[in-house]
Amino acid sequence: MNESKKNLLEVKDLKVSFFTPAGEVKAVDGISYTLGYNEVMGIVGESGSGKSVEAYAVIGLLQNPGKVVGGSITFEGEDLLSYDEEQMRGVRGKDISMIFQNPMTCLNPVYTIGNQLTEALTCHDTSISKEEAWNRAVHMLQLVGINNAEKRMTQYPHEFSGGMRQRAMIAMALIGEPKLLIADEPTTALDVTIQAQILDVMKDIQKRVNTSIIFITHNLGVVAEVCDKVSVMYAGKIVEQGDVNDIFYDPQHPYTKALLASMPRLDEGEHERLIPIEGTPIDLLDPPQGCNFGPRCKECRKICLSKKPPYAETGNGHISACWLHFMEGAKQAGSGEEA
Amino acid sequence: MIIYILKRIGAALLTLLVIMSITFFLMNAIPGSPFLTEKSTPQQIELANKKYGLDKPLIVQLKNYVVNYLKGDLGTSLKMQEGTPVKDIIFHQGKFILSIKLGLWSLAIAVLIGIPLGCIAAYNRGSWLDGFLRVMTTVGVAIPTFVLATLLLATFAVKLGWLDTISGSLESAKSMIMPILSMSFYYICYVAKLTRTSMLDAINQDYIRTARAKGVKRNIIILKHALRNSLIPVITYLGPVTAGIITGSFVVESTFSIPGLGKYYVQCVMSRDYPVIMATTVVLSALVIFMNLVVDVAYKVVDPRITLTNKED
Repeated sequence: MNESKKNLLEVKDLKVSFFTPAGEVKAVDGISYTLGYNEVMGIVGESGSGKSVEAYAVIGLLQNPGKVVGGSITFEGEDLLSYDEEQMRGVRGKDISMIFQNPMTCLNPVYTIGNQLTEALTCHDTSISKEEAWNRAVHMLQLVGINNAEKRMTQYPHEFSGGMRQRAMIAMALIGEPKLLIADEPTTALDVTIQAQILDVMKDIQKRVNTSIIFITHNLGVVAEVCDKVSVMYAGKIVEQGDVNDIFYDPQHPYTKALLASMPRLDEGEHERLIPIEGTPIDLLDPPQGCNFGPRCKECRKICLSKKPPYAETGNGHISACWLHFMEGAKQAGSGEEA
Repeated sequence: MIIYILKRIGAALLTLLVIMSITFFLMNAIPGSPFLTEKSTPQQIELANKKYGLDKPLIVQLKNYVVNYLKGDLGTSLKMQEGTPVKDIIFHQGKFILSIKLGLWSLAIAVLIGIPLGCIAAYNRGSWLDGFLRVMTTVGVAIPTFVLATLLLATFAVKLGWLDTISGSLESAKSMIMPILSMSFYYICYVAKLTRTSMLDAINQDYIRTARAKGVKRNIIILKHALRNSLIPVITYLGPVTAGIITGSFVVESTFSIPGLGKYYVQCVMSRDYPVIMATTVVLSALVIFMNLVVDVAYKVVDPRITLTNKED
């Protein structure tokens, strides 16, 4: 109980599968993490690694044929998986809210921004007066850096630019002062300068409203900028997890290393080539017997192809699921459970 | 907005001119004459033609039509009600009103039943209710009006005797049931199908996910967020159809013996009553054009992204 008081969110061995005609796709295959109050965690991974699906499971927005098939999600000591649809509706937008990747399509085109912002309040609290909801929405828009907020409230989404819409989305997500904000690639659809602005807004507002954030992205630069800790996902599993500095300066898992090596760097020579990760992600319909990354791993050993690697802790809560840690000459290996 | 509407009215007048010309040449292309009967001699026909100006060159006749129409004179009937001004036939004998009454009711029913049915089907997608509605709407769209009208007549008027076979001037609610049902059933089904499809499309949009993430109740998501977005194709469909419904259907009016404009229109074509054909066509066309304008303005009301003027957004 103490443990769950300390942590806002605990996800244990969460498994999400999509039941398709072709078979069961294990999109999320047993991931665990904890998130403290006021903490920002990044979830990094390539497309199809299950990072968004995991987030949808937390907020209860999984669409058919996706189903949580195992594990637990504990939010402030409450088991969210035991909640029915109506209870989850009460949680969404109030305690946990979410912003999405494409701000161009995420706002309803036929209602004003003000209408959509105030709705986020009124749908949870019917006693709130129209005027108060309006004032809070205006205040929220000002917080996310939208000028002339009063006038903007009466405008439609098509009168906003992409960056402004994402600001409005952030305002809408935070207006109910949720304890947890899930940001699913919030900057991916924006150009780089707007990206930087949105990240600034998020960092700034996170401090003001004291919310924890799960930041889902495939952009390691974004992670480095905003996150306290990072989970790296590959093919439905967390392969490495740790403090943001540990991940960037002392990556343990070959996949994390490869990801970092594939990023352009300012401190390298001008004509340095980027190093791609060879191969393609595995078919989740038919996952390999061994390590999911095994087939693409440059340091792949025999055991990697036959058995799933357990987690090894390399200190400071930094864990990595790779057989290399258990080889001779590797750093001291913790006796982790199978990943 | 006002400038836009004025421009549209200007364009409408031009359209009507084109429609008049086409109608004029088409009706003159049909063989026969309003004065042709079994007993009439060529001399008599020639005399009558001369009397009504039908002996003049076609282009002069057309010019006379246009000039008279601009003066507000729709001419007089040549045959159906010889000598009666066409204006009186259309507007003052209750035909137009009757057709409009029947049409408006059918339209209202089509919208008020069709849209909710579509919503229900989309909301319960994949359930037995959705399946039932799908079968019903498919059948409804496939059944020709005359079959449905005849079936209704045979069942409720002839077999069961609950309703009258002749609806007449639609004075009682009882007399309106069958004509309105047979007229609107197709549209109910079509509107329901259309609403279901566009509703399902809307439900899968990102903004619906946003609304869910906000914690909005499911029925509000459907009624507020999805419905308004899914109405656009329905409005597109209803515009031109409205004029068609309002001006009456020949089949329904004939089956239920309703002396409306639709029935009269067909009769006057049969008897080559040129001025009546022309006037009815122009009135119906004007109605269609007007409904299109209403639809365009309705778009703007439903979807704020649509701008009616040419201004770049």
